[in-house]
Amino acid sequence: MSGLLAAMLEATGPTLFHYVLVPLIKIAIVLFAGVLPLIMYLVLAERKVLGFMQARVGPNRVGLWGLLQPIADVMKLLVKEDVVPRRAVRWAFVLGPCLVVAPAFVIFSVIPFGPPAATEGGISWFVTDINVALLMVLALATLPVYGIILGGWGSNSKFSLLGGLRSAAQMISYEVPQGFALVGPLLLAGTMSLVGIVEAQRDLGMWFIVPQFVAFFVFLVAGVAESNRNPFDLPEAESELVAGFHTEYTGIRFALFFLGEYANMIVVSSVAVTLFLGGWLRPFPSVEALSFLDLSFLPAGLGGVVWFSLKLFVFLFVYIWFRGTFPRYRFDQLMALGWKWMIPLALVNLFLTGLVKVWV
Amino acid sequence: MAPTVTVPTPLPEKFPEGTVVEQEGMDQPTWVVQREVLKDLALELRDGPETQFDLMLDLCGTDYPERDQRFEAVYHLYSLPRGERLRLKVPVTEDVPTLPSLIDVWKACDWFEREAWDMFGLRFDGHPNLRRILTHEAFQGHPLRKDYDPARRWILTEDKIYRPHPQPPEGEDDDDIFERMTINIGPSHPAMHGTFRVVATLDGETIVASEVEIGYLHRCFEKMAETHTWQQVIPYTDRLNYCSSFINNVAYCKTVETMLGIEAPPRAVWARTILSEFSRIMDHCVANGSTLVDAGALTNFWYMFQPREEIYGLLEACSGARLTVSYGRIGGLSADLPPDFEARCRRLLEIIPPFIDDVDGLIAKNRIWLDRSVGVAAISGEEAVNWGWTGPCLRASGVGYDVRKAHPYDLYDTVDWEVPIFHGGDVHDRYRVRMAEIRQSLSIIRQLLDRGMPEGPVIVDDPHIALPSKEACYNQMESMIYHFKLIMDGIQVPPGERYSMVEGANGELGFYIVSDGGGKPYRVKVRPPCFPMMSTFSRLIEGGTVSDAVVSLGGLNVIAGELER
Repeated sequence: MSGLLAAMLEATGPTLFHYVLVPLIKIAIVLFAGVLPLIMYLVLAERKVLGFMQARVGPNRVGLWGLLQPIADVMKLLVKEDVVPRRAVRWAFVLGPCLVVAPAFVIFSVIPFGPPAATEGGISWFVTDINVALLMVLALATLPVYGIILGGWGSNSKFSLLGGLRSAAQMISYEVPQGFALVGPLLLAGTMSLVGIVEAQRDLGMWFIVPQFVAFFVFLVAGVAESNRNPFDLPEAESELVAGFHTEYTGIRFALFFLGEYANMIVVSSVAVTLFLGGWLRPFPSVEALSFLDLSFLPAGLGGVVWFSLKLFVFLFVYIWFRGTFPRYRFDQLMALGWKWMIPLALVNLFLTGLVKVWV
Repeated sequence: MAPTVTVPTPLPEKFPEGTVVEQEGMDQPTWVVQREVLKDLALELRDGPETQFDLMLDLCGTDYPERDQRFEAVYHLYSLPRGERLRLKVPVTEDVPTLPSLIDVWKACDWFEREAWDMFGLRFDGHPNLRRILTHEAFQGHPLRKDYDPARRWILTEDKIYRPHPQPPEGEDDDDIFERMTINIGPSHPAMHGTFRVVATLDGETIVASEVEIGYLHRCFEKMAETHTWQQVIPYTDRLNYCSSFINNVAYCKTVETMLGIEAPPRAVWARTILSEFSRIMDHCVANGSTLVDAGALTNFWYMFQPREEIYGLLEACSGARLTVSYGRIGGLSADLPPDFEARCRRLLEIIPPFIDDVDGLIAKNRIWLDRSVGVAAISGEEAVNWGWTGPCLRASGVGYDVRKAHPYDLYDTVDWEVPIFHGGDVHDRYRVRMAEIRQSLSIIRQLLDRGMPEGPVIVDDPHIALPSKEACYNQMESMIYHFKLIMDGIQVPPGERYSMVEGANGELGFYIVSDGGGKPYRVKVRPPCFPMMSTFSRLIEGGTVSDAVVSLGGLNVIAGELER
């Protein structure tokens, strides 16, 4: 492996190697070895876990324990007929799903899955580390709502339109507390680089969930709402709006919406892990006695990736757990929760954090 | 099961001689009323302190082509405070089949009058919306008239369909109007359990006007019953409320049994009571499960359906079928109970409560569920009675009417149980009433099991009613003849008419049956408990949001098979 990389470095020269080739390889790995299989098997895991919670088995016919089920589902969705309703607005109908998926994938480029390179010129466990990463996350996380609105409106169906409208109102409302919640860790860390925020937690000796518990809570709730998951799944409430904004979608376009929803779940979870749960850090990063938890016997900082993945899976499980537990909010209740509780809570937290930052 | 108390005959002077005549020799007090005085009499009956007939249970037509006044509109009234029944018959001629509409007296008449118009062509003066309800808009003729050929077929095309146009309330400023949107919820929609159609005009998410369309599952049950022998009707009754089909069997069989003057043997009665209660549990599980799944609480749906699954196992062991059991027979049951019947029941008593408790534990104090259900689609007891409600939904509105307590049948007066009553009248209390009733049903079953299974046959020993055993049929001349006569001619039920009722899973399930003494029923009318409740649906959902409408439908437990017959 390292021999191969050295040979490539030799062949391309350091600039091309570090700024084009390595990022491209990393993107390919993150997408095709990381996110996409994770989404596929997240769907399976969700069905299995829900089945376990609901006194039934879940998929178990395709492959051992249903392990090949996601592949069968993908095949099915790929070969299905692609129906565009005759009176749909075609460009909006086509653009909608893409706008949901693409931003979610772009966000993965700044998520630090593991520690940066230990040595100069080494390979670090993220695609890029930019100093406005948090702003970029916020900006991109807002985009999927356009896709949903476009899809819902472009379908030319009343149920889709209602779903799209619900979604617009919901996502804009929860964008605000989510943004405020992110400012807490930002203030504590003093940087917008996600790598920097994790390193700040290491220097502080504790995860930001401890000083920023309220922000974490607000972020979690808003994140669930952002990704349209139960109990905030109103835009696609199947018993009310048939399937909400994606009622008219079939085949691969439907799959894109589906992909987008799960990608968003993973994005929100990753950001939460990075900001509040110490990213790749082990628990109690300041306690020397626990240093064996660093898993330093693993090569090249892989231990950090293991910790990141574990935390991520806990988050994803919580998402599924929510779905197995809660009924759905009504639209007005959802808005009341967002504006009357989440935003004031986030503001108070922000104010207190600011006070602490100034006087302590 | 005639009431022991007769209705006092007030008959004040304002009704001229001969306009209200008591008909003798009936199963319950029956008055023949001239249509001119019908409305005054109805008001008198509803409001009079001596009468208080506040519940209009059923309105149906009957057709006697040989009479001068060919049609009869038959009203079944019930007085909740006094526990008495009254039947009004209003004869009308074929030339002028017109009656006054009683919507102003009992709102329940709304859909029942439309049904009588649809089926018999009876016209109700003053009905605001008298059009077909069960059959297609382009249907010609009135199918339950005796001269309507049951084999007749129609091709009904799309362009003749009535297009509902809910009328938004008047007097709001026009600026809002363009914001409004009319959507079709159903007939094919995940929330419409069955095939109903609600056309709702929305202002944002709020329903400002709505119209409910039914009839997509109409199968002419009542006409079919007239063309089949008495026994052959039983499988059709399965398909009324198919969530608790056994209760329908019992209701029908008991009505015919009382007409025949026979009683099922103790073993059959015991089993009927137990299986009816199990069916009720299943039905309540479906109603609550679908309410919760409509509210987005998916897990509870599976937890509520697991007991149902287990109970199906018991029914399958008894009858060989799971959903449409056809286990009841006139005079008893179709087959003896399986040898492990008691053990199976005991096992069910053990496995059902944890599921119920789990759902209650997960949902009873859940803030979201309370926000979604408390005060949603609420109706007061008084109003619910006026709309003709019965059953768990009425008991959720604070009116404790339960046929099993008020007019006990089978073994219900020998066991110790309570009628759960809640007072909110909303989605939440409908849920709670059902949960409480499931526990009561389990208690009833436990008491009956403790009493032990009575020995003996499960069907009456009467060759004119019960089929002979297969062995006897193959080996004995008489048995073979009896078998032949029963299959070809059917049971000969003496002429007469009878209304008898049981407590169905969603309300009073009544059968009004007229026999002309032949091997086939002359007229079978089901009083479907969910019919009046569905007619109230528009009233319940207007002013609420789409989400409220969706979450309130499951709790009404409207079963399309029974609603539309």
